[in-house]
Amino acid sequence: MSGENDPAQRVAIGISFGNSYSSIAFTTGEGKAEVIANEDGDRQIPSILSYVEGEELHGGQAKSQLVRNAKNTVAYFRDFLGQAFKSIDPTPCHQSAHPVQAASNVAFKIRDTAEEAENTVTVSEITTRHLKRLRNSASDYLGKDVNAAVITVPTNFSDAQKSALNKAAKEAGIEVLQFISEPVAAVLAYDARPEAKVADKIIVVADLGGTRSDVAVIASRGGIYTVLSTVHDYEVSGFKLDQVLMDHFAKEFIKKHKAGGDPRENDRSLAKLKLECEAVKKALSIGTSANFSVESLANGLDFTATINRSRYELLASKHFAAFARLVTHAVEKAQLDPLDISEIILAGGNSHTPKTASAIQNAFPETTTILAPSTSPTAINPNELSVRGAAIQASLIQEFELEDIDQSTHPMVTVTPHLSHAVGVLCISGDESSGIFHAIVDAETSLPVRRTAIIATPREGGNVLIKLCEGSRHIKVTKPEPKPKQERDSDDDDDDYDSEDEEEELREKTWKVGKVLSEAALRGVKKGAKIEVQINIAADLKVNCIFREVGGKGGVRGLLSGPKVQQNGSA
Amino acid sequence: MASVQVSLPLPVLPEGWSGERDFKAIGPLSHATDRNIEPVGPHFLAHARRKRHKRTFSEDDRIQAQVNVKKVEDDDAGEISELEDPLMLQREAKDWKGQDHYAVLGISKYRYKATEDQIKRAHRKKVLKHHPDKKAAAGEAQDDQFFKCIQKATEVLLDPVRRRQFDSVDEGADVEPPTKKETQKGNFYKLWGKVFESEGRFSKVQPVPKLGNEKSTKEEVEHFYNFWYNFDSWRTFEYLDEDVPDDNENRDQKRHVERKNQNARRKKKTEDTARLRKLVDDALALDERIKKFRQAEHAQKNKRRLEKEAEQKRLAEEAAKQKELEAQAKAQKEAAEKADRADAKKAKEAAKNAAKKNKRVVRAAVKEANYFHSGGDAPPSQIDQALNDVDHIITKIDNEELADLTSKLSGKKNAGEITQIFKDEVQRLVGAGKLKEGEAKSLS
Repeated sequence: MSGENDPAQRVAIGISFGNSYSSIAFTTGEGKAEVIANEDGDRQIPSILSYVEGEELHGGQAKSQLVRNAKNTVAYFRDFLGQAFKSIDPTPCHQSAHPVQAASNVAFKIRDTAEEAENTVTVSEITTRHLKRLRNSASDYLGKDVNAAVITVPTNFSDAQKSALNKAAKEAGIEVLQFISEPVAAVLAYDARPEAKVADKIIVVADLGGTRSDVAVIASRGGIYTVLSTVHDYEVSGFKLDQVLMDHFAKEFIKKHKAGGDPRENDRSLAKLKLECEAVKKALSIGTSANFSVESLANGLDFTATINRSRYELLASKHFAAFARLVTHAVEKAQLDPLDISEIILAGGNSHTPKTASAIQNAFPETTTILAPSTSPTAINPNELSVRGAAIQASLIQEFELEDIDQSTHPMVTVTPHLSHAVGVLCISGDESSGIFHAIVDAETSLPVRRTAIIATPREGGNVLIKLCEGSRHIKVTKPEPKPKQERDSDDDDDDYDSEDEEEELREKTWKVGKVLSEAALRGVKKGAKIEVQINIAADLKVNCIFREVGGKGGVRGLLSGPKVQQNGSA
Repeated sequence: MASVQVSLPLPVLPEGWSGERDFKAIGPLSHATDRNIEPVGPHFLAHARRKRHKRTFSEDDRIQAQVNVKKVEDDDAGEISELEDPLMLQREAKDWKGQDHYAVLGISKYRYKATEDQIKRAHRKKVLKHHPDKKAAAGEAQDDQFFKCIQKATEVLLDPVRRRQFDSVDEGADVEPPTKKETQKGNFYKLWGKVFESEGRFSKVQPVPKLGNEKSTKEEVEHFYNFWYNFDSWRTFEYLDEDVPDDNENRDQKRHVERKNQNARRKKKTEDTARLRKLVDDALALDERIKKFRQAEHAQKNKRRLEKEAEQKRLAEEAAKQKELEAQAKAQKEAAEKADRADAKKAKEAAKNAAKKNKRVVRAAVKEANYFHSGGDAPPSQIDQALNDVDHIITKIDNEELADLTSKLSGKKNAGEITQIFKDEVQRLVGAGKLKEGEAKSLS
C-alpha cells in the first residue's frame, strides 16, 4: 500500500471505540461532522462480535446472539486491550464469552470457525476484527477506502493500552493519526458547531457509559483545552440502571407466575431480560411509559408489563444521586466550586435519561448550563459527541505527516505554563481595597496568551487610570437573614444570580484583588469613548500591554518582565 | 477570540499621578503552573505552530496570511511560466499532427497528468496572448497560424478519445530505459523507477505498483513483476495513421489505405508489446533483489535439508542408546531375580527343617509329659488322644509360634510343667480364636 503514509491519499474518519458501543463519523466538505450508519442502519454499533458456524456477526446482529449463542459472543472487550490478565475486571463479560489468560494477554475461547474446535483468540485480534468491520462500514458509506482515523480513548488509557490499540488498528488497515481523550472530543464537538463562540469557560464532561463512568473537568481558554481533573467510576454505570429494571421485572414476573421461577437464575432468561430492559430504559428516556414484553421469558411463559417513568426514577434514584455525586467529586478534585463551572456536557448513552440531567442540575447553581437532550434542545446526541470530535480532529490533521503530528503532540509542545491567578483591571476606583476587579485573562489559561478588552470610561471622559492586577476567585457565603436583603453589595457584575432556596446559605463568586502589576494613564479621553486594553503574556511571564482609546491615535505601551521591571516608550 | 467587554467605567486619574511615558510597572506576575494542554482542536494547531516555529501571535497571523495568499498565485503562475519556443511559433497549422499539443499550450511539464481544468485555463491564457485580432491591432502581420495550432491542440486534448490517441504516441512523456552500464553504477531504483512510472501511464489498471527499493519485500517485488508481465495496455496507434482520402471517386484506394492503416496499427502494437516485454526482462535481469531472494531461498532450503539430516542422525543415535540401556537393565533384572529365587528356596528349606525339628521336639515333649496322663502309664486311648491334640495344635500354629513353643519346651523334663505349657498354648489359641473350646480335650 503506497498510499498508507501519503497524507494526500488519506481518507480519515473519527472512531469512538467504547466498551459497549462504537461509532464512526466523517467530516463533510463544509466541515460538519456526520455519523455513519452501518449496514444495519445503526449509528450506535454495539462493540460485540459473535460467531455462528464460522460466520462472523457484528454489531446489533451479534448483540441478539447474546441470548442464544452467548459462549461464542465476545462483548465488552475494549478495557481488556493491552492489559495483563490479572488486572482486568471480567464482570461485564459474565453473560458473554469469558476472558481467559493467554501468555501475558487476555483472550477468549470461542468457536470462530466452522469446525467444532474452540480457538483462543486474543483480545487484540478481536479488536482488529471489530475495527475492520467499522472500517468496511465507513468505506462502503463513503465509497472510498478508509485508511486512517482519529480514535477516542478514556483519559486513563495507559500508553501500553494505546500502543496495543494502535497495533490492532494497523492490522485492520487503519493508520491511527492520533488518540484523543473522550471528554476533550466531546468539548470539541460542541465548539466546532458554527454557532459556537470561543470563550473562556470551565466545562465538566460527564460520560455515563454502559460499564463505566468518567468525569473530566476541562478549562477551555480561547479554544485551548486543559484537563484539570478526572474521576473514573466502574460502579456507577448504565448497567446499574438496567439492573434496577431487571430486578423490578423479575419480581413482577415471579408475582404473576408463581410456577415460572426466577428468570434471573437461568442464563438464557437473564440474557433476554437484560436485552429487553436496556430497550425499556431507552424507551423511558423518550416517552413517559414503556412496554416490557418478552416471549418465553422463563419456563416457556410469556411476560408483558408496563412501567412509567416516575416509577423507574424512583427505583433508580440511588444511582442518579450517585451520578450527581460523581460530578461534584470531580469538581472538588479540581479545587473548584460548582459556581466556577459554566457548562456541563453530558455524554454517553445514559445522558438521554432526563433524570440524570435533572439530578446533576440540582447539584449545581442555575448559572451552570447542562447540555443534555432533556435540558437543551440544541444539544448534540450524547452518544455521538466523542465520535464527532474525533471526526473533526481527523479532518484537521489528515493532511499532516505522521511525524508532524507526533512532534506537535510531544510534551515539548503540550506542556505549557498556566496562569495561577487571573489578570484583570480595576474598575471604578483605583484603590485596591474598593476597586472592582474585572478579569481579562482567567486563571488556568495556558501561556503564551493574547487577550483584548474594551473598557468603558467615566461619562465625562478626561484622564483615566488603568491599573492591572492579579485577582483570585473567592466564594462568598452569606447566611440568609430572616428577611433576605434584595440589595447585596455585589462585587462582580456577572454573579447576579439570585438563589431561590431561601433556607440554604447563599453562595456567590467574587474576586479578591491580589498583587498590583502596573499602572498606566491615558490622558484626554473623549466623552463616551472606550479604552482598548491588549495584554500579551509570554511563556516566561513577560507581560506586554497596550492601552489605547478605541478610534483614537497613539496610546501607551508597557512591558513587564519577571522580577525586574522594564519600561518601554509610548508609541 | 472576541474581546472582553467591561461595562464598568475606569477610574479617573488621581491628581499628581505621574509615570515615565504614562506607564508605571509595579510588580511581576505570580509564578505559573505547568500543565498539559490537550492536543486537540484548531486553536491547539495554531498554538503548536507558534510554539514549534517560535513565532509570536502577530507573526503567526502574518505568516499564515501570506501562506494562504501565495497558494492562489502559485496556481495561476504554474502554467504560463513555460517559455515559448520561437520555432514552435513558426509552425503551420496544417502540420498539426506533428505538433506537440502540450508544448503548444505551455503545459509540457504536466503532459498526460494535466487535468481538463488545467488544459482549459492554459488554452485561455494562450488565446489571450496569441489572438490574431490582438496581433492585428498591434500592427503585426495577419498571421493566425499559431492561433490555429492552439485551437487544434485544445480540440485534441479536450476530447478524451483523441487525447488518448495522442498520449499513446506522445514521445515527450517517454523515458528512455537506462543502459546496463548506467544501471550498474548503482542507482537502479531511481533510473528504472522513472521508466516504469512513465510506462505505467498506459495501464488500464490503476494504480500501478511502484518499483520500490532495496528494502521491498519478496511479495512486493513479485507482485511488481507479475503486474508488468501481465500488463494490460490501452495504448493505440491510430494517431499515426495515414490520412484516408475522402474523395468518393476511388473507393478501392480508400479501402487500401484503411487496410494499410489497420495492419500498421497491429504491427506497431505487437512491436510495443515486445518492446515492453524486453524492457521488463532487462529490468528483471538487473534487479539485485531477485538474486538476493534466490540466494535466501537457496540458503533456506539447504538449511532445512541439513537440519533434517542432523535430526535423523540424532534420532538414530538416541534409539540405539535406548536399546542398549534397555538390554542392560533386563540382564540385571534377570540376575537379581535368579538370586532371589535361590535365596527364597534356601530359606524355605531351612524353615521346613526347623519346623520338622520343632514338631519332633513338641511330640517328644508330649511323650515326656506322659501324654498328659497323671500317674502311671497312659492308656492307649489317652496316648492317641494326646497325640492327636498336639498334632491339631501344630497344624493351627505357624512356624514362628511353633519355634516359640519349642523354645519354651526345650529342657523341660517335668511332666507337670510341660502339660502347663501346652495348656497355656491351648488357652492362647482359644483366646486368639484359632482353636475352638472343646477341641484338644486332653489339654483342657
